[in-house]
Amino acid sequence: MTAPYEMNDGSVVVVIGSGAGGGTLGNELAQKGIDIVVLEAGGRHEYDDFTNDEWASFGQLAWLDNRTTSGSWLVARDFPNLPAWIVKAVGGSTTHWAGASLRFQEHEYKVRTTYGEIEGANLLDWPITLKDMEPYYDKAENKMGVTRTNGIPGLPGNNNFKIMKAGADKLGYKECHTGRMAINSQDRDGRTFCQQSGFCFQGCKFGAKWSTLYTEIPKGEATGKLEVRANAQVLQIEHDDSGKVTGVVYADKDGNQQRQKARAVCVAGNSIESPRLLLNSASSKYPDGLANSSGQVGKNYMRHMTGSVYAVFDRPVNMYRGTTMAGIIQDESRFDPSRGFVGGYELETLSLGLPFMAAFLQPGAWGREFTTALDAYDHMAGMWIVGEDMPQESNAVTLHGELKDQHGLPVPDVHFDDHPNDIAMRNHAYRQGAAVYDAVGATRTFPTPPYPSTHNLGTNRMSAKASDGVVNSHGQTHDIKNLFVSDGSQFTTGAAENPTLTIVALAIRQADYIADQMSKGAL
Amino acid sequence: MRTVDKRQKLSRRGFLAASGGAAVGVALVTSAGVVSSPSGAWAMEVKALKPETMATLIQFARDIYPHDQIADRYYAKAVKGHDETAMKDAKHKAMIEEGIADLDRRAEAAGSTQGYRGMGWEAERAALLREISSTAFFQAIRGGLVVSLYNQKEIWPLFGFEGASADKGGYIERGFDDIDWV
Repeated sequence: MTAPYEMNDGSVVVVIGSGAGGGTLGNELAQKGIDIVVLEAGGRHEYDDFTNDEWASFGQLAWLDNRTTSGSWLVARDFPNLPAWIVKAVGGSTTHWAGASLRFQEHEYKVRTTYGEIEGANLLDWPITLKDMEPYYDKAENKMGVTRTNGIPGLPGNNNFKIMKAGADKLGYKECHTGRMAINSQDRDGRTFCQQSGFCFQGCKFGAKWSTLYTEIPKGEATGKLEVRANAQVLQIEHDDSGKVTGVVYADKDGNQQRQKARAVCVAGNSIESPRLLLNSASSKYPDGLANSSGQVGKNYMRHMTGSVYAVFDRPVNMYRGTTMAGIIQDESRFDPSRGFVGGYELETLSLGLPFMAAFLQPGAWGREFTTALDAYDHMAGMWIVGEDMPQESNAVTLHGELKDQHGLPVPDVHFDDHPNDIAMRNHAYRQGAAVYDAVGATRTFPTPPYPSTHNLGTNRMSAKASDGVVNSHGQTHDIKNLFVSDGSQFTTGAAENPTLTIVALAIRQADYIADQMSKGAL
Repeated sequence: MRTVDKRQKLSRRGFLAASGGAAVGVALVTSAGVVSSPSGAWAMEVKALKPETMATLIQFARDIYPHDQIADRYYAKAVKGHDETAMKDAKHKAMIEEGIADLDRRAEAAGSTQGYRGMGWEAERAALLREISSTAFFQAIRGGLVVSLYNQKEIWPLFGFEGASADKGGYIERGFDDIDWV
């Protein structure tokens, strides 16, 4: 068969979501000749449609359906209905991401063994190792054109990076460079090199940054084996008496419900919607939701230990010019409990435009203490902190007891409390980040609290034993063999690194597994 | 290195007319259905709220996010939406009118004879704002203002922010790496 596919064609594999996980998986399977329907909740905006305007872009791309928050994290106070800054559009959050593409470290696949028991943390080793992942990291880096791999040069450093680098050198940090970025430093794969326009978060208008929107998806479509349906929000996954999934019900662009039959279903809706969909698919056979015999669906929600450090200098910086995430310090990503915490963190340059700086520098702040900081906007440099946070069973995506969405389904609530290890690590990172800038002569520094989550992880975690998690080492649910999870919700633990490269590598690996299982008649 | 010219770029007529409007806003003038700057540089029609309420709201907005380089008319534009909402929503109108009346009462209790706008020092007004900073009224004004003030493209150059760049070819030839002091 070739695309487009019939609703009652039960030979297709349905992929829910078109971002780093779903978009990659769909293309990989289509390249193998497997019939794919990708259902994407958001609309399709090609890169010409993106806008260099923070609030307008937020309205165009962000997932704005109602969500609630609970717990002691500041996001619940400052952005009670915006737990996450992620995307509802074809390409998913790969339209919005900054491009940092780092491999996990060997020990980060076996943290329970490495860190030991940490009180309050639901730590578990991954059922796979770095060695298992290396061939797939190779493929992912080549696919995405990651700088400093495959002979691709690093990006040039912008003003924000030059400040970071000068401070890092003075502090004696050894691993500071312009990053491993899925942003073209030279023309590659039919896409131009980075024009240093800034606005990476608003979708790259030059297509220099890798996004499934204009790489994986059109390549998959060109095979005739992949159909993307935009504005198709999946409401429920259905199953038969034997427990195997049979298809999905989704709302189309007009709000009408459609039923697409499927041979297998792969869920890649990011770590809030993916568990929500499994929970909303509860049935008499699976009263706690699909694939939830462990009770771990929605649990162990991770968002990375994040924060930012901004600094003001006596002379101009103009940090907003050029690549948003223009450089990295990696020295603190090591495992070194002598610092007072387990796990590590990366320091990565970051910049916001004036409108978002006003909203996020210190949410809720007002008065001259705040406005004198903004007055120095063009004298500012900035960095983001991203580190490993502890999985905790009580940090969870659950179904709201009363509030319903436009389709009548319960909205998700995202509950989060920092673990003491997260707090110790953040305080260390604030000190080190400020020290980098102080070394270059900063006159004032700001320890900025975490933004709404961009790295949402762990809510359908991978485990060796079915009682410990939701999916096996291939992202296949322990309970239902033709149901897969294909996004960052598979992550057993979060590691210090930005997650997209690992999501892409897992999707390539999962495609090999699904094709193999299909050829053996096991799916 | 290339830096942004932060001077207000206005026509000669506009400059002359606006020069009075850049002063602190204590002296905003109200008349029936209108708030205007003392120089007459700008005027704003007020349809649902009392003009005096809008004048105080403009001062209130400046005291929340005080930037001396930003003229009153940008604060006026930033809070104008409350008048538009008040036209359609009686509850919103009541919240604003009562919130501002409460500010005036607090100002008089603190010794002002002309309400909140009559307090001479920003520090005196800021002290009142701290008293009410956890109220729904304050949060509604501040929460809207952080977008409606800073999302005005006209004020971005005053902070040295250049806005959209893709239409100019990005910064690759326009100073992305031109820092000359590190």
